[in-house]
Amino acid sequence: MYHDNDRTKLFSRRALMLAGGKGALISALIARMYYLQVVEADRYTMLSEENRVAIRLLLPPRGLILDRSGIAMAVNQHNYRVLVVSEKTPSLDYTLDALAQIIALTDHDRGRVTKEVRRRRSFVPITVRENLSWEEVARIEVNAPDLPGVMIDVGQSRFYPLEHLGAHILGYVSAVSENDQTDNDPLEELPGFRIGKAGVEKIYDMALRGKGGTSQEEVNAVGRVMRELERREGEPGVDLTLTLDMRLQEYAAQRLGDESAAVVVMDIHTGDVIVMASTPSYDPNAFNRGLTHDEWKELSTNPRAPLQNKAISGTFAPGSTFKMVVAIAALEAGVISPEQTVLCRGHTELGSIKFHCWKKGGHGSVDLINAIKGSCDVYFYEIARRVGFDKVAEVANRLGLGVHTGIDLPNERPGLIPTRAWKRKALKQPWHPGESLINGIGQGYCLTTPLQLAVMTARIANGGVQVVPHVARELITDKDSASRPAPNWPSCGVSQRSLALVRRGMNAVSNEPGGTAFRARIEQEGMWLSGKTGTAQVRRITMRERETGVKKNEELPWKERDHALFVAYAPEDAPRFSIAVVVEHGGGGSAVAAPIARDIMLEVQKRERARIASGHDCGDHACGHKEHG
Amino acid sequence: MLRPTQRLHSRLNRTEMSWREKIWQINWSLIAVLTAIAGIGFLTLYSAAKGSLEPWAVKQMVRFAMGIGLMITVAVVDLRFWMRHAYTLYAVSIVLLIAVELKGTIGMGAQRWIDLGFIQLQPSEIMKIAMILTLSRYFHGASVQDVGRPTFLIPPLLLVLLPVALVMKQPDLGTAMMVLMSSGAIFFMAGVRLWKFAILLASGLGAIPVAWQFLHDYQKKRVIIFMNPDQDPLGAGYHITQSKIALGSGGLFGKGYMNGTQSGLNFLPEKQTDFIFTMYGEEWGLMGGLFLLGLYVVLTGFGYAIALRCRAQFGRLVSLGITTTFFLYFFINTAMVMGLVPVVGVPLPLISYGGTAMLSLLFGWGLVMSAYIHRDLPIGRRGGHDD
Repeated sequence: MYHDNDRTKLFSRRALMLAGGKGALISALIARMYYLQVVEADRYTMLSEENRVAIRLLLPPRGLILDRSGIAMAVNQHNYRVLVVSEKTPSLDYTLDALAQIIALTDHDRGRVTKEVRRRRSFVPITVRENLSWEEVARIEVNAPDLPGVMIDVGQSRFYPLEHLGAHILGYVSAVSENDQTDNDPLEELPGFRIGKAGVEKIYDMALRGKGGTSQEEVNAVGRVMRELERREGEPGVDLTLTLDMRLQEYAAQRLGDESAAVVVMDIHTGDVIVMASTPSYDPNAFNRGLTHDEWKELSTNPRAPLQNKAISGTFAPGSTFKMVVAIAALEAGVISPEQTVLCRGHTELGSIKFHCWKKGGHGSVDLINAIKGSCDVYFYEIARRVGFDKVAEVANRLGLGVHTGIDLPNERPGLIPTRAWKRKALKQPWHPGESLINGIGQGYCLTTPLQLAVMTARIANGGVQVVPHVARELITDKDSASRPAPNWPSCGVSQRSLALVRRGMNAVSNEPGGTAFRARIEQEGMWLSGKTGTAQVRRITMRERETGVKKNEELPWKERDHALFVAYAPEDAPRFSIAVVVEHGGGGSAVAAPIARDIMLEVQKRERARIASGHDCGDHACGHKEHG
Repeated sequence: MLRPTQRLHSRLNRTEMSWREKIWQINWSLIAVLTAIAGIGFLTLYSAAKGSLEPWAVKQMVRFAMGIGLMITVAVVDLRFWMRHAYTLYAVSIVLLIAVELKGTIGMGAQRWIDLGFIQLQPSEIMKIAMILTLSRYFHGASVQDVGRPTFLIPPLLLVLLPVALVMKQPDLGTAMMVLMSSGAIFFMAGVRLWKFAILLASGLGAIPVAWQFLHDYQKKRVIIFMNPDQDPLGAGYHITQSKIALGSGGLFGKGYMNGTQSGLNFLPEKQTDFIFTMYGEEWGLMGGLFLLGLYVVLTGFGYAIALRCRAQFGRLVSLGITTTFFLYFFINTAMVMGLVPVVGVPLPLISYGGTAMLSLLFGWGLVMSAYIHRDLPIGRRGGHDD
């Protein structure tokens, strides 16, 4: 055996030392206990039994949200509440009866109050109803002598003065629920606290909510507040200025009307999103007020999805607006030259499958520019087949399709640009050569958001700079805002020559007779736009239907009609803005989407000119002053 | 080498014991002390619920009964069984720790348990015990000379650091510290020289600035608040301030059972779990606190007596390892509620409301009891009866 004896001795010695250490620690505990419970006992007893300190958290005002010109989009409003203190009422039921004769009280309200009263101590005020109108407040005040124990209290609540306008970007706030991500901010435990649930209210919630103040109050043995000892005001939330222009947003929303549609206008150099409208919209105030069951049902089951921000969460086949991407990919890969022509007879064949062009008789012999101008499907079938779809997908990703754009809004969807690898993984099927053709005209698996289309157009127009869109003018961190640094975006890695060729094609679409959007051109000097139409089919057209004549959109149920799309940039000679319009099941791109885009783009540019003009005047004025002084 | 005296002490040299003998050997006074401590817990939980067995006291009693059953089962299992399976248990705990890291449910902001459906498994609790068994087995066969060699100490050091790193990542600072400290105690008991501890301690202190970078924001906040509790009177500092008021106002003899006003008025958060000692101290005062502390000391004493009485090094190390872990539980918890150490999530052993800690602690005491029952058993290097 080993040196058991040595080891046993060592063990006993060490055990003694360890026990000694523990003894020292226990002595420390006892000393501390003695200090707290004997030496300091009187002080703590006083704090505890006669007057103890309760610390109450003060809710800081939430940051405002403004549009780029300072129009208030989200503000804080006084919220008048009627409270009842049960110990001051002779009979709670009697008081509630009296109150019900003055203001509307539901049975639900009454039940909740009676339950609360039983749970809380009798001096704690219980909220009976919130969001009282001025008239109701006045009626209660007038009848105050008959309403013992009833009092009016003012709190803060969020109000969105523009209602439906910009609702998707703003989002809304509501009480913290169990599913919310909490981060141990004590504010979240306050009953009146509201947390951002969608839009910028959600993504910039930490900055908007501010920092809570504290009020130290002396509370007696039963918890009644005796007086305030110390008050530390918190910090109000950071005010948020958006890049959106609410007047343009209003114009765009009106222009979209009752359609289920989305439009995005952005600055192609800075990434400022100037318009982002999604229709139909909703009134975010309803969420703060509390929705009735029917209202909620209507909002959540409406097939036109009013709650969804279609600009970033709606995904649509890009249709022919995708043709620029295919053209760039083919030019970059060198499989076509701009002069090369393809003969369009109205259809092409691959194996035994027939692929149709939208133009029944065909376009005849078309080169790149004419193919974009007339949106010739056969031309793009051919070049997509030559270049292979994986290369197209790569260019699409670099131009911003099929990936998150990185906008500062929640729930952005990435869409989908298929590749061979994706299909093998997701569908467990090989890629069929015919799918390169179908996806080559933006159909098939391709799905994009309107924002992605606007970003794609911006990157084509700005010379391939990978601009990232954003809606907050400043760079917002958790508790602060700072101006954005000068953008330093990488390039798409696409040659300027390819981009210029595609832009020439887009120019032809809008400004040359025979272009698919010629009728929706801008004629004002210096505001010309260049665009591309798209009509995304959502149903399958059978052989039989082709023979008997393809049904017109008006003959179809809404859900089966084509999506109308249009993307454009302007002004043609010195691009500044890009736009994407998607009208869900709206019909043809050139007939429906292009005129909307034209009108909005014209308005955007007019407003920009007016802004520069007024800014210029101001500058002159200032200069003049300087000279005089 | 058979010495003649061994024949005389036949009982001491036997390698097998019958069940009857084992049952007979159960240390009932140890169980009595455990029950007394748990009893204080039941009373306090009853008071925390404002004089009701629901929702805490009854469940706690059931858990304690189950725990005692588990403890006796563990105790009558041959100590060599635990030794033989120490490394396996360690490996399983590591796998489970990695599993929570990968897909544990998020609870209390930290990934700490796996939901098996019928029980929420907390691998870090199992690791506390597995660590002690593993180190005890490693040092069981080591001679004084072995322990003196630095190369001999590297494998167990790695065995300790791996789970500590995993637990830190969860993040569970309290458990990581406890595993580290109880492992340190075993190294110490195994005879590792003091200057080696000094080197480790020094390099550990040197690593603090680096480790600080890896702490989560809330952990940094806790440490900062500990240094300066008035800075954040509503966060963790609030707990400590209220806890001190409650304890201090208890005075020498307390406010009387069921009369704790601070906790009664909900000034005290988590009064049934981590801050239960505060509530107990408010109602029973310094005297009550000393009584409970006394019971804990008695229990620790039992652990030491059993360790010293054990013939095999494995049993000695296991007993002291478990005893030290238990000591750390109640020391850290009471020191925390009195504002001596930062707030880390360590419950008051056998008293705080909660199932996993209760079961793992009683499992540990089952091992100590097993060491007691098998105290005269010689154990070979590899857990056989001899070699």
